[in-house]
Amino acid sequence: MALKNAAIPFMRIVIIGNGVAGITAARHIRKRSDHSILVISDETDYFFSRTALMYVYMGHMRPQDLKPYEDWFWAKNRIELLRARVVAIDFEGKTLQTSDGRSLPYDRLILATGSKSNKFGWPGQDLDGVQGLYHWQDLESMERHSRGLQRAVIVGGGLIGIEMAEMFHSRGIPVTFLVRESSFWNNVLPAEESAMINRHILEHGIDLRLSTELREILPDAQGKCRAVLTSHGEEIACGFVGLTVGVSPNVDFLRNTPLEIGRGIRVDEYLQTNLPDVYAIGDCAELRQPPPGRRPIEAVWYSARAMGETVARILYGEPTPYDPGIWFNSAKFFDIEYQVYGNVPPALPPEVETLYWEHPDGRKSIRINYDRASGAVLGFNLMGVRYRHHVCDHWLRQGTHIETVLENLGAANFDPEFYPQHEAELVALYNRQTGQTLRLKRRRGLSLLRKIGM
Amino acid sequence: MGQTSLAVTITDMQNASLSIAQPAPVLTPWRQKVALALGALGALLLLIVWAAGRAVAPVPTLLASLGLMAAGAWLFVREEYLKHPAGIRNNGAWFRSLTARGVWGWVLGVFITGFYVCLYWFPQYLKGLIELFTPLSQGLRARAADQWFVYGTLYTVAVLLMGVKFFFKYRHNAYQRIRTVSVVFFQLWFAWLLPGLLVRLQQPEIYFSYFWPLSYYQGTPMAYQGHLKSDLGLFYFFFGLAMFFIGTPVLTYFFGKRWYCSWVCGCGGLAETAGDPFRHLSDKSLRAWRIERWLIYSVLLFAVAMTALLWINVATGRSVLQQFSESFYKTYSFLIGAAFSGVVGVGFYPLLGSRVWCRFGCPMAAWLGIWQRKKSRFRITTNGGQCISCGNCSAYCEMGIDVRAYAQRGEDIVRASCVGCGICSAVCPRGVLRLEA
Repeated sequence: MALKNAAIPFMRIVIIGNGVAGITAARHIRKRSDHSILVISDETDYFFSRTALMYVYMGHMRPQDLKPYEDWFWAKNRIELLRARVVAIDFEGKTLQTSDGRSLPYDRLILATGSKSNKFGWPGQDLDGVQGLYHWQDLESMERHSRGLQRAVIVGGGLIGIEMAEMFHSRGIPVTFLVRESSFWNNVLPAEESAMINRHILEHGIDLRLSTELREILPDAQGKCRAVLTSHGEEIACGFVGLTVGVSPNVDFLRNTPLEIGRGIRVDEYLQTNLPDVYAIGDCAELRQPPPGRRPIEAVWYSARAMGETVARILYGEPTPYDPGIWFNSAKFFDIEYQVYGNVPPALPPEVETLYWEHPDGRKSIRINYDRASGAVLGFNLMGVRYRHHVCDHWLRQGTHIETVLENLGAANFDPEFYPQHEAELVALYNRQTGQTLRLKRRRGLSLLRKIGM
Repeated sequence: MGQTSLAVTITDMQNASLSIAQPAPVLTPWRQKVALALGALGALLLLIVWAAGRAVAPVPTLLASLGLMAAGAWLFVREEYLKHPAGIRNNGAWFRSLTARGVWGWVLGVFITGFYVCLYWFPQYLKGLIELFTPLSQGLRARAADQWFVYGTLYTVAVLLMGVKFFFKYRHNAYQRIRTVSVVFFQLWFAWLLPGLLVRLQQPEIYFSYFWPLSYYQGTPMAYQGHLKSDLGLFYFFFGLAMFFIGTPVLTYFFGKRWYCSWVCGCGGLAETAGDPFRHLSDKSLRAWRIERWLIYSVLLFAVAMTALLWINVATGRSVLQQFSESFYKTYSFLIGAAFSGVVGVGFYPLLGSRVWCRFGCPMAAWLGIWQRKKSRFRITTNGGQCISCGNCSAYCEMGIDVRAYAQRGEDIVRASCVGCGICSAVCPRGVLRLEA
């Protein structure tokens, strides 16, 4: 199986970090080479799905269920795992120092150290009972603080904040949710979708406070948090404060080394740092020149995975530049699933037209953005509706005309069988808005995809 | 990376859920406890009658028991599901003693196992229950109850009540709603009411929703000779054959094995309704998959060999194989028909999950699975790169398929064992999985 590339001599590859970036790199290197691979992590013995931490807290899964590979997988694939903390790297001598006193040589080093939760200097931010949610240890800490908890306050209206709200809510712990913006996640979501999620958060009985910031966290006599003070001067008693105001690259231990670091570890399009034979991938990497429409740092599962694959190709000898393709992402806000394909900015640029359909129950919506002049589709935003990645990606790459897309919209539908299909309503809406007389030509189905060659 | 406290790691917690490390994180709210208590009280009435060995005032007792169970089920549905927005509600599945192999799980397992042991081998101990169900049996079938009527009725009640619970748990999901109505209907009509009415009309007691080799007796010469007595019986005999040789390949080609396993079959019906709270207990390891493949096809071979021997015996004028073929039949009937499908298959729901029999033992599932794997349009497709490897799909697969292993590679899932229940697609938080045919 291992297709050895004769041009690449045997190397000792060390990967710091066993998250999705590091592990994807290790797996892909192993598939196509016989290099020695060592993955070091201080967090856990085995790779687990970070995005699923919430489901352990909610009792949907056990900790071991988060592991995408069984434990025998690593030895069988000759991927060596080491539980240790890297404290120093000698880039000259190509050697790592670990906290337990080991000195480990490498030929190629991949830094995949992930993120750490942001704290913005609030008074009381280091009190007991104040934390973010990123690492396995954060989950353990949440668990410890949950016993007898009367109220949790969550600060930050983003993806982790709403996850944390759902977690506490699942255990009947009241949640106050402080969101700085005037509507949930409206720096990413357009106004209608954002409003839908506001309604949904309230429907679940969460005490949602929009346009409200954290001013201070107040301690009790034991140095544990007892309340927060908001920007409106209100004091809210709570035994736990979740700080979910984003993450930043986990690179502090690499500062003051020859490695070039901005906010993250600076890399080129081949994910190479300024130092020879040292690569950075995933949340900790900062692209010097991000692809058009992309950010230099994307702390997203999918980008980390794509970077892992890219760095692997380089190391097994088929280098290609990092190409994350058309932007896509997904999330779930309590019960409402969210998918996005392409570019759907929160505020509509003047050259962009939008077609927005919302179900009368206010829990489903479909938005298609397209270029006003050329009619080319630019992005899809789905709430409570599933669309097919391949189909949307294909249309976005081709810049397919909105009317062609609408006529064939059934091909994109990925909802389960027997679900109501809303594509015809979208077409009717478009007709009303533009005076056209389009008709939906295709409903969904596998055979349909075969027909259009996908 | 993270805090320095590494006291508990994933490895340390291999066999322990957070609930054990940190006791009882999820408390069942009191109203749900009342609901469970009502249901348990209804079951307790049955238990008392069972233990007493006789039923005083059977009609009020049975009505009270069924009424309590129904009230408990409805109260639970109202509190657990209807008072919250519709969505996936598996909260605490791994924390609750009953659904996480805790004490209550074992108690329930022992209770059901004990019932099956009595049913198959010691029916004299079910005398009280048989008396209890006799008025109902008289009403439906115009004859006294026997242990099989007791069993069939309790089975149907379980499918019905837990079917209602399942329906409302997944009320946001059209596929689950329609599938549940189907599976409850087939149990209620084809596996309870219709056979009862046939008995009343002096016709053979036929269960049209079961065929050989799941209903292993139906392929034997004994069954054939019995059916010769009536047109309906003869029709059923050949209908069963046609379903095996023609119906199964054709229907499985178009719909996958779900046309039977999760829409029609009574075993599947119980698993999908009463078994739903235990679906996450199935073993997802590669080792379990290996055992599954050996075991299920062995049972199919066993069933075929057993039936063939009986027919050869008849064809050779009962001269050579008489003793041998009969003892072969009896062995199958004891090991597979009773011990595996009944005692282990249902009794171990709270320990091994709801589809132990369907996954490891059912010869019909094996036959359907061969067609599904080799010649079917049915598959579960994955949505591009959207998988986040969270593992909900694998965790809630009652057949123990490691769905995530395929989904995270963007591969279609074509597995012999998949019964097409659609729960992987329902619990996926990123909209990655879709059943297609």
